[in-house]
Amino acid sequence: MISQLFILSSKGDLLINKNFRGPSSRPSVTDGLYLKLSSLPADQAPVVTEYDGCHFIHTRHRGLYFVTSISDSDSPFMYIDLLNRLASLIQDYCGDLSEAVVSLNFALIYELLDEVLDYGYVQTTSTEMLKNFIQSDPVVSKPFSLLDLSTVGLFGAETQQSKVAPSSASCRPVLSSRHQQGEHNEIFLDVIERMTVALGSNGSLLKADVQGELRLKTYFPNCPELRIGVSEEFCVGSSEVRGYGSAVRVDSCQFHESIKLDEFENCRILKVLPPQGELKIMQYQISDSLTTTLPFHLFSSLERDAASSRLRIYLKLRCDLSPKSQAINVRVQLPVPKGSSGLSQELSSPDQSAEFLPSAQSVIWNVPRICGGSQLSALLKVDVSGCLSVPSLMDLPPLNLSFQIPSFTSSGLQIRFLRLRGERPVPTHTWVRYLTQSDSYSVRLG
Amino acid sequence: MPYLGSEDVVNDLKRALSNPHIQADRLRYRNVIHKVIRHMTQGVDVSSLFMEMVKASATVDIVQKKLVYLYMCTYAAHKPDLALLAINTLCKDCSDPNPMVRGLALRSMCNLRMPGIQEYIQQPILRGLRDKASYVRRVAVLGCAKINALQGDLEVDAAVVNELYSLLRDPDPIVLVNCLRALEEILKGEGGVVINKPIAHHLLNRMAELDHWGQSEVLTFLLRYKPRTEEEVFDILNILDSFLKSTHISVVMGATKLFLVLAKEFTDVQRDVLARLKVPLLAACTSESREMCFAALCHVREILRSFPGHFSSHYKKFFCSYNDPHYIKQQKMDILCELVNDDNVLNVLEELRVCCTDVSVQLAQTAIFAIGRIARTYSEKCVKILAGLLEFKQEHITSAVIQTFRDLVWLCPHCTSSVCLVLPGCDEIIQDNEGKQALIWLIGAHGELVPNAPYIVENFVDNIKTETSSLVKMELLTALVRLFLSRPAECQDTLGRLLYYCIEDETNMAVRDRGLFYYRVLFSGIEEVKKVLSSPTSDPSLGFLMDRTEQPINTWVSSFNTLAPLFGKKHCETPGTNTSQLNISCAVDHLLSVEPVLAMDSADLQDNSETFTLIRNVVITPELFEKKWITEDVICRLNTDWKEGVLPDTLQAFLQKMNIYTIAKSRAGTQPWKSYIYAQDDKENLFLAELIQDTDTSSLLMSVKASTGDEEALRIFISLLKSAVADILDLSR
Repeated sequence: MISQLFILSSKGDLLINKNFRGPSSRPSVTDGLYLKLSSLPADQAPVVTEYDGCHFIHTRHRGLYFVTSISDSDSPFMYIDLLNRLASLIQDYCGDLSEAVVSLNFALIYELLDEVLDYGYVQTTSTEMLKNFIQSDPVVSKPFSLLDLSTVGLFGAETQQSKVAPSSASCRPVLSSRHQQGEHNEIFLDVIERMTVALGSNGSLLKADVQGELRLKTYFPNCPELRIGVSEEFCVGSSEVRGYGSAVRVDSCQFHESIKLDEFENCRILKVLPPQGELKIMQYQISDSLTTTLPFHLFSSLERDAASSRLRIYLKLRCDLSPKSQAINVRVQLPVPKGSSGLSQELSSPDQSAEFLPSAQSVIWNVPRICGGSQLSALLKVDVSGCLSVPSLMDLPPLNLSFQIPSFTSSGLQIRFLRLRGERPVPTHTWVRYLTQSDSYSVRLG
Repeated sequence: MPYLGSEDVVNDLKRALSNPHIQADRLRYRNVIHKVIRHMTQGVDVSSLFMEMVKASATVDIVQKKLVYLYMCTYAAHKPDLALLAINTLCKDCSDPNPMVRGLALRSMCNLRMPGIQEYIQQPILRGLRDKASYVRRVAVLGCAKINALQGDLEVDAAVVNELYSLLRDPDPIVLVNCLRALEEILKGEGGVVINKPIAHHLLNRMAELDHWGQSEVLTFLLRYKPRTEEEVFDILNILDSFLKSTHISVVMGATKLFLVLAKEFTDVQRDVLARLKVPLLAACTSESREMCFAALCHVREILRSFPGHFSSHYKKFFCSYNDPHYIKQQKMDILCELVNDDNVLNVLEELRVCCTDVSVQLAQTAIFAIGRIARTYSEKCVKILAGLLEFKQEHITSAVIQTFRDLVWLCPHCTSSVCLVLPGCDEIIQDNEGKQALIWLIGAHGELVPNAPYIVENFVDNIKTETSSLVKMELLTALVRLFLSRPAECQDTLGRLLYYCIEDETNMAVRDRGLFYYRVLFSGIEEVKKVLSSPTSDPSLGFLMDRTEQPINTWVSSFNTLAPLFGKKHCETPGTNTSQLNISCAVDHLLSVEPVLAMDSADLQDNSETFTLIRNVVITPELFEKKWITEDVICRLNTDWKEGVLPDTLQAFLQKMNIYTIAKSRAGTQPWKSYIYAQDDKENLFLAELIQDTDTSSLLMSVKASTGDEEALRIFISLLKSAVADILDLSR
């Protein structure tokens, strides 16, 4: 049971405030709570906070705090799940989630909360069911235009392919179609994989984890049954053998309860009646047994300038993707010794950049784009005050890569087809998008 | 916070709301109302607009209606007289043909929270309970709970309760769950909603229709149901089975808890369920939502309390990712310590070693302490890694490593020589007080193994004027006196200077007193000093105690899937320190009067035998104790009653007066609390005993071993123990 729920902005402003059990809380609760949350460094705030005799649980989404007070015998999983669900509901209905969106659409969000929670109890959170009750129209900060359809690719990537859905296409309110009749019936299927990799200093693989999910976003009211064919070589567990080619092997996978799996065993077809809004169809995990090669290898060498107190860092980044694909927004974060001050750089192309972050004690090398099969190098010179001993070069924490690779799955999973079953053909657009990303691809030094 | 100029804003809004032109234009009217709500959210007091807002509620525009109702629910308590004006509109809406309007009006009416509203909402709610639209019924059911809360301590309306119980059979699943919630609130005074056999089975059969929120909640309600027969338990478990496979972790956790509770007596079933929980829980541990990860990791720790190796084969899942937040990294490192076994120890240590050099000081120290914990089992490998870390000459790393070494040497004396080799040079790097204290203690206790120990200490003595911490100074005094005993020639001069400084120049009383104390002890001769400072420098039996015993699952089941595991250790260990003080002093007060009685008791027992006396000040080494304990068999097990709230420490103090000594015990508040005691009589019979106390069972379990064949003496020893426990319980009554 929830007694209060609020959404705080990153600066602690109260954006949404709902009391389910009478106005018992003093207004100072939110201020005090915010102070308590923000007094700790950003990544240290505990999930559960005790304040003023109540237990508050909070989650963070795009800088917003979703906070709720619950009693200590309640299930934490349920309420964390609920706060996450609220965030995605707001995203479904308002198209996006940010401080501006929440404050523009506060009436809509209150309306949502009213239907989702009554007297602090969850009523329903399904986008499909809620849409019958939600009357307010979302206020979209930037009008959605189809004009930029072909120019901008997925996640800001410019691609040469002609049929690419715009990145903003799936960032629009689910319900807009009610007022704009004759809009496209669109279905997006995103295959998103998150990699967590750790490589030893000699390039050996220490750990590789992939969390993948199939996410369906539907802008199609009363959509008929959708059949999704995934790779025929898709195997679950280590013992199953299918097909002749290299198998797409996952350790475990979970399906949403609305998925019909009767054809999955034989033909690897998932059947679903997609509700409007977002639906996580399938989640899967792979650990340590990647069939594809790792997308990146990074070689570094550190060298001390005998004459000056300078550290020369050579970095070589090799992208082992196939030449057709490319990685974007590659960001290499390289830790530097204590007492580093300035940075000078020699990079191979002008669109790359390198900067020194004193707060994180590291140097960031930004590469906007790297094609498969190519290799980039950088020479960074860091001014280090004080003497540099060899061990102090050895004790640097691992360097880290973050990147996105569109149209690529590290597991090798592919969607064979996306078919709607219907008596009469309805003009629909279906899009399948692949993305592999990582924000934790660490390579150990020395 | 009221904003400056908020009065003008309110006046502007008032004017706009009563402007007929705006009222005529639906969009503009709605916009003004939007503004009112926005100000309300930001904390501006807009209650003076109540009259105008009530007027705005009479509209066909549903969005506007919703906004106005939201406003009214917030301010009705302040303006009850004006709110009555709105009742009319609301009542009319309650019989609107559109179920959405009916539901909205009913919900808003129940949310008004003002005195005297009950009489108006009674009828609409009763009608709502029988409404043909499930949406209205959902609202009406919760409305019953709301009215009940408004009425306060008034009597529970039996008719409503019956109606709600019958609505448990409603075809709409949300109505069903709402009924449970409402009954729970209404019947709070009587212990909540009754889950009897028909209701439990009804709920189980309807489970599949509910959404996952409903399932999670119903699973919690079902915890209350106690099946009669074993057969029924297994029937229920069979039905629940499918929920263990749910994609929603909250349902899985709820089902797991119910499984564990129902199968209290069947440990294999519990073990089996926890094995099945592995996959979903590990998936949650790597979930995208960090908060979810954290909750899952905390529950992994709970499970590890009973099955230390449960996740060992998945240890790589608990390696830290680069951008995990601190609270997750810390949990992961703690978990890794528990998962170490012969196969993975190298990989785990390598992973932790990398964390030791983290940019964050706090994380680095956590990692170093984690290695220290593993060192209790794999000391050689860990000491090597820790010694390697010293080469980085980083202040925080060195300090943490030295503190770890101090604890390690205390628990595993065989590491002492390798630790002492790396100590030289650390004194220049360590800056913080904890690190300095640890280093000084190590040098004092094991100075004979560190070649340049006197010079390290001399450095500290030379800089004593700039030292601010009194604790460091006291540690230094003790260490130097100890070192003086083992290497007198090298230390005499330094010790003289230190004592002179402490007695003449030091302003801190505690340090000065300590200095004076050592001065006087030294004055009375070297033998005296040796006696004073001959305390042990290691205590391996403590490690023997600190070994995590596998706790039964039932100790943590009740807090499983609640917030308690998320609070971690700090929150759980809150021993009542005040009461313990009281009890000890109280016990000591009575000791004198009790002791003769005890003597008498034993005299009674010893009628036919020779006298039985326990020798005072018997000292045996922990090693000897451990050896004896392992070789001897348990001769006698006793289970006596124990009262909750009585602290076992009191018993310790009491036993000591009877010449029964403690060799090792767990910290107060630990569950289960353990202690090892020993005693020796004048015929060299040695008695050993283990006391285990569990608050859950409120009993004290004593296992006695003895290295003797003298049954008579054993019988007397046991009766002594028994009477001691009985006396303690009497005293603390």
